[in-house]
Order: sequence, then structure tokens, then C-alpha cells
Amino acid sequence: MGAGHGHKLHYHGHSPVHRLPAHVKLVALVAFMLTVVATPHEWYPVFAGYLLLLLVVIAVSAVPPLYLAKRMLIEVPFVVFAVLMPFIATGPRTEVLGLAVSQDGLLAAWGLLVKGTLGVIASLTLAATTEPRDVLAGLERLRFPNQLVQIMGFMLRYLDVVTEEMRRMRIARESRGFRASNLRHWPVVARSAGALFIRSYERGERVHLAMMSRGYTGKLPR
Amino acid sequence: MTARAVPEEPTEEASRRAVPEEPTEEASRRVLDVRGLAYAYPDGHQALFGVNLRVQRGERVALLGPNGAGKTTLVLHLNGILAAGVGSVQVSGLPVTKQNLQEVRRRVGVVFQDPDDQLFMPSVRDDVAFGPANLGLRGQALEDRVRHALSQVGMVDFIDRPPHHLSFGQRRRVAVATVLAMEPEILVLDEPSSNLDPASRRELADILRSLDVTVLMVTHDLPYALELCPRSVVLSDGVIVADGATYDVLTDDALMSAHRLELPFGFDPRTVRSTSAG
Repeated sequence: MGAGHGHKLHYHGHSPVHRLPAHVKLVALVAFMLTVVATPHEWYPVFAGYLLLLLVVIAVSAVPPLYLAKRMLIEVPFVVFAVLMPFIATGPRTEVLGLAVSQDGLLAAWGLLVKGTLGVIASLTLAATTEPRDVLAGLERLRFPNQLVQIMGFMLRYLDVVTEEMRRMRIARESRGFRASNLRHWPVVARSAGALFIRSYERGERVHLAMMSRGYTGKLPR
Repeated sequence: MTARAVPEEPTEEASRRAVPEEPTEEASRRVLDVRGLAYAYPDGHQALFGVNLRVQRGERVALLGPNGAGKTTLVLHLNGILAAGVGSVQVSGLPVTKQNLQEVRRRVGVVFQDPDDQLFMPSVRDDVAFGPANLGLRGQALEDRVRHALSQVGMVDFIDRPPHHLSFGQRRRVAVATVLAMEPEILVLDEPSSNLDPASRRELADILRSLDVTVLMVTHDLPYALELCPRSVVLSDGVIVADGATYDVLTDDALMSAHRLELPFGFDPRTVRSTSAG
């Protein structure tokens, strides 16, 4: 299968977690997430149990915790939102570090934070222990609609191409003295994003032509 | 015939001249037969005005012409992506029509200019297997076909790599393999030497020369055309304006300047004749 080159989220290894079939891991992830989301906010010890379970899985997978921790940055926007909630929400107030905050908001923030964090850790663990290709194959074995699997496959394939195109456009902008330093510059960035969209769309058309030229009739061969 | 809007000579006369004697033998070796092909895009822009082109088995032909001459439009007719407005295209005797599309696309292998458009599967193996699998090949036969095609371009060792981790030259070679795996009767290459460094360009030339397949090569790279293709066809403003030995075409200064064809600085076909293919 994958020879040497992994994806940015994938940590190469041969642990039992790595070897487990992708569809089993996918089902486990979804089941785990549904359970976590369905657990009431106030059952504090239960969440500790969930976390312990994840930590055991990570320990078995031999993925360095720091590797996962760095990639958890993706959660930052949710954390910001969670931190705001106690201040925005209404209802009875309580005192935290000398600030009056909403009790309901505090609880909701806790719920969002803990469930979100558990979800991110679990997803990152799946990504770290499973090649993207295997995730797709697993989805297919789970009878996930073929078109969606195909679309995700193309996304994987062209992620780097589009990222590279975006980087080239940024370099071209900056080479002509442009730097997105304040709000007035945003329209330029937005137009670049539009151009990138058009380019990607046109590439999609060309890829489709290339596929048809090789006898594509609407279903990827298996 | 249907050559109403054709400014060049009528199709029938052209075909009489192109088939001087032993017509049956000539016809049996004909891989590509384009007659009076005219095409206008849906927005009204007419790109082709009656193109006549024959290619014999085993030939390597360069299709030259300035930007906007209709070269890409012509290529897209050869495997039925575009349908002829007027005129016809036949591949080894099989007309390009809706019913024959699958077989036509097996016979005509098009290698597009940007290998990132051509290589869309997660691994080189899957990508090369895509065409033959669409033709119904499975299992060991498919694997053999994939390995053979990759060995023809010297890329077998990269079979498990994702295409986007290859160099540009390697991707171009894999793109050629994806088409070779369908065992086409004619290989159509759109700007095969574009964006290649000189070493990759030479390696691709060696590969193309080693293949036992008919080649139609769309290119602006005139030295490359001279090196690889004994015959050249010039398409300009939607008609074929010249068809002959590449050396003769490139040294016809009046023809060249009339159709915006220019040799790169320092390149003179007259001084490299001994190394030219043919």
C-alpha cells in the first residue's frame, strides 16, 4: 500500500491500531462520538473515562502525544467560541475569578469544550493511524454512497495541487508589493480566492475530459 | 461531399490526390482519417473550417500551428469529446460516433498537456489501471498491463507512489503510460515537451522513439518535431495549410512566417539534418 510518503496527518506505524481494518475504526469513531455527544454535561466523571479510553488507544498506537497535540490547533476557533459563551449567555449569574458569568453559559461552554476536544482527539487518532486511501476504502466497504467516496478521493488527490496553486498566487501578489496587512486589502484576497475557485473549476473540467478520454462512464473501476 | 464551407479544395479531390495507387493497401494501413471536418463552438466561434488529415500506421506526425489555430479542438474530435459539425473522423475504419465512443477512446490515446489533469487517482498503479479497468480488465491481466505500460516509460519502480509526489517529468511519463495501458492504435500528445527540463525532454523523446505506436504530436517545439516526426502538418485558422516532410516545412520561410511559426533562436534545421528522425 502506501510506500513511505504519508499524508500530513498520518503517522507511519505498525501498531495494532494501525493494522485494524479502516471500516472497524470508522464505525468505532462514529459510535464513540455519538455516545460522547449524547452524554449529559453534568456527568463529569464519565468524560474522564472517555478521555482515559482515548489515551489508552493512543498509547497502544504509539503515536507521540505531542504529534497529536500540535494538530489540535484546529480546535482553536471552537475554544474561542466556548470561552465567549459564559459572558454572552443569559440566566442566573455566578462568580468566577471576580467576574460575573452566566451559569448556563458556563455549563454549555464546558460541554462544548469537552465534547469538541474528545472529538478532535478521536478524529486525529484515526487520521494518524489510517492512510487516507484506507479511510476511503473503509467508507466504501461500509456502503457509503460511491459518488461521495469518489468526491473525497479527488479532494485528497488535488488538495496539494490547489494548495500549491494558492501559494503561487500569494507569491505573485507579494512579488508585486502586496501584503494583506489591514482590512482594506481583503477585497484583493477575496478576488484571489475567486480566481482560485475558477481555476479549480476549470481544472475539474479538464480532469473530466481526461477521464472520458480513458473510457470513464460514471463509475470508478474496482 | 459536405465541404460547403471549406475554403480549401473539396474533399473528394483531396482524397483522390492522397490515394494515388494501390488504394486498398493504403486504406488498410490508415489509422486516422479526418475528412472535411468543420466545427463551431456553441458560442458561435468557428474553430475548424474543413480539415482533411490522414495518418498511416507507424507514422509519427507533428501537428504544428500558432495559438488559436484549432489544434486542441481537432484533438478533441479524434476521440469523440467533441462531435463533428460537418465532416467525419474515422479511426482504423471505425467512424467516431456516439455508439462507438468506448472503442474509439481505446484506439485513440490522448495525453493532455498538464499531467495533473491526467493523473487523478491516489497512486500511480490505480491511475495506469484506470483506462484498462474501464475496458473491463481485472485481476492479474490488469496488473500485467499496468506493469508493462509503466516499463515502457521506465516508471515501474514508482508504481506505489502517489502521482503528486513525482517530479514533473516523471508525471508526464506516467501520463503517457496511462494511455499506453489501453494499447491505443494512435497516441495523441498535446505539447509533450512543455515545462520539461532538457534531460526530461530528451528522455521522453527516447521513450517516444522506442514505442511501436503511431503518434500525432501537437507542439510548438519545432526542434522536437524535427527530431521525432518525419512528417508535419500545419494547422492555421482552422484549415490544414501544409502537409509534408518536417524538414521541408520548417525550411519553407514564406510558409513559416505566414502562419506565425518561428524557429527558436540559434536553431537552423539545415545544420541538424543528419540527426533528424526519419
